[in-house]
Amino acid sequence: MNVSKELLPAGPSGEAPQETFILNLGPQHPATHGVLRIRTTMDGEWITRAEPIIGYIHRMHEKMGENRTWAKFLPNTGRIDYLSAMHYTHAFVGAVERAAKIEVPPRAEYVRVITSELNRIASHLVWWGALLLDLGGFTPILYSFEDRELILDLLEGLCGARLTFCYYRFGGLCNDVDAEFIDGTRALVKHMRPRLEMYRALVTGNIILRKRLEGIGPITAEMCRKYGATGPVIRGAGVAYDVRTVEPYSVYPQFDFKIPTYPEADSMARYHVRMDEMEQSLRIIEQALDQLPDGPVMGKVPRVLKLPVGDTTYAVEAARGRFMVRIVSDGKDTPYRLKLRTPCFSNLSLFEEASKGMMLPDALAMLGSLDLVIPDIDR
Amino acid sequence: MSAILDFLLGLAWPWTRLLLFLVGICAFVGLNAAYLVLAERKGAARFQRRPGPNEAGYAGWMQPFADGLKLLSKQVLIPPGTDALLYCVAPLMVMAPPLMCLAVVPFGESLVARNLDYGLLFVFSFGSINVMALMLGGWASRNKFSVISSARVVSQNVAYEIPMLLVVITLLMVAGTLDLNEVIRQQTGGFWQWNILRGIWDFRAGHIGANFLMPVTFIIFYTCMLAETNRAPFDMAEAESELVAGAFTEYGGMGFGVFFMAEYANIVLGCSLATILFLGGWQSPFPPVSFLAYFSGPLWGPIWFLAKMYCLVFSVIWVRWTFPRTQFYNLLNLSWKILIPISLFTLLLTGALMKLPLVWRHLF
Repeated sequence: MNVSKELLPAGPSGEAPQETFILNLGPQHPATHGVLRIRTTMDGEWITRAEPIIGYIHRMHEKMGENRTWAKFLPNTGRIDYLSAMHYTHAFVGAVERAAKIEVPPRAEYVRVITSELNRIASHLVWWGALLLDLGGFTPILYSFEDRELILDLLEGLCGARLTFCYYRFGGLCNDVDAEFIDGTRALVKHMRPRLEMYRALVTGNIILRKRLEGIGPITAEMCRKYGATGPVIRGAGVAYDVRTVEPYSVYPQFDFKIPTYPEADSMARYHVRMDEMEQSLRIIEQALDQLPDGPVMGKVPRVLKLPVGDTTYAVEAARGRFMVRIVSDGKDTPYRLKLRTPCFSNLSLFEEASKGMMLPDALAMLGSLDLVIPDIDR
Repeated sequence: MSAILDFLLGLAWPWTRLLLFLVGICAFVGLNAAYLVLAERKGAARFQRRPGPNEAGYAGWMQPFADGLKLLSKQVLIPPGTDALLYCVAPLMVMAPPLMCLAVVPFGESLVARNLDYGLLFVFSFGSINVMALMLGGWASRNKFSVISSARVVSQNVAYEIPMLLVVITLLMVAGTLDLNEVIRQQTGGFWQWNILRGIWDFRAGHIGANFLMPVTFIIFYTCMLAETNRAPFDMAEAESELVAGAFTEYGGMGFGVFFMAEYANIVLGCSLATILFLGGWQSPFPPVSFLAYFSGPLWGPIWFLAKMYCLVFSVIWVRWTFPRTQFYNLLNLSWKILIPISLFTLLLTGALMKLPLVWRHLF
């Protein structure tokens, strides 16, 4: 055990010197949901400094991308943030399509939107259960996983995977959707609405939950800009920043949906943003199903894909924020540079500043409200 | 010859009786701990719409034995750098008080190991040792999470001991005795004679009771009991998502198992106390008139007692799997700013209502 202690200078005369100790949260700690380590300097139960130490699950995704052909990197994308594989694949596929100027048939784009939004709901359901688990409520996660299971079943029918989906291809999709999926998705939308209502009634209104989240862990818009935090974190700070509207991609401009924002900037605001987002995702899915055009799901793609020399970026709104892929191609069949801009890295960076002076349980509640996926931080 | 035997038996009987009851209580607590764990897991499974443990034995009924065997077969490990003596003694110290306290708990009118005149005092004095044991266990572990948990346990239990004792004093004023069996005997004659309702309207005397806020008092008692036994939503000592396992982080095998059993023993004790003080203990909920008198008696007593107690135990399990954990300062705020003022008020109210008739008679 680390018994070193830092003695801060003594306070005004007569007071004992302020004694702090170092507490290692992680890499194996129940609240970090993975191998994140936070080295906290504690004054009693108050955090004076919390320094995230990352890299325990670094897998060199960027380097891997630079060493294999475009198509071979495709399955990797789903493993960066394993909870929003669809979005990550979408970003990589989108970047390559943009660089190679590949036309994607409209039906494929609509299906991409539907599956992405389904994935978003599944991801938020995991977050919701995990946050409540952090707060000591064990039951909600089993309810949310029940709903998530339905979504995973639907997506499994499309591509065989239940978590690390690799459904999108350059120029389209690997499979067309069948009637079973469409009916199933419609049924799911019908099923989810009352469930969300139930979650609201049972959990959101709970006095203990509100006491633990309201007014706690403020992350201002300024702090978000400073650290590049995106997704529900910045929307929870009252800024309507959503890649789906500010940098529209795919067929998102076709749909009518709201970007939920809450100006309170506390943990509860981020909670509400995600809860509302699930509802908006249901709306998008409903509209996309109604407008779903017929036609092929695969465009014309050259057999050997070689991207022209150039620098391309493509950003998507993943479940945790802005995920961007930057491809620098030198004309070969592998990228010269593949840069992955992951949202969790930025969202975690602000933790050190935001957690200063907080109590340990509050800081962990805030950590839960950031919805971190650790492999996404380390890549 | 037989006179001497009688004499010796007479000498030995109180001790034999005590010994028998202690063995009985140990078995009761052991079985309770084992099967309440199963009940808790089955209950949790029910709330969470899953089957729960169902492999060991029919519908998982052998699960407690499988768990116990697993814990027993583990090596007793004393982590280096710990205070070995305190580390080993803490689980025993946390287990002993509920065992002692159950000795004075009347399960039936005559089913009590030692009917002390000051049983209530006995229960509370032994009940407080629990806190010290948890604190020592956390402190001796030499783990930062455990130490934080120890500090929490002490401030939490100090904060909740006060409203609990205030509530008990209120009841003492109504009952006028510390003898638990006597407290129960006073609550005879149907459920409206139980302390929880008798305070509102005293049917026997036909006037307003000693404290019409008695249901509120009961809720305060129940809340304090949850906090005292470190149960969710007040499980600050074992906040698994913050402090890994709190005071028990460094414990493994049966050391952890004893802490675990003690938690359930404490719950049983707390619920027994709530049953005795508020819900009429072994009294039947029916008045002893005509055929309903059949339901009260020495045989029915333990049944009623256990039924009431297990209802409360079930509610404790229910609460745990329904609510998230409270924040530590909110927990203290709840005690100091809400529970203590209310319990003080009920104390004053009880005093006033009890003496008011005297004043009335004096004046007119």
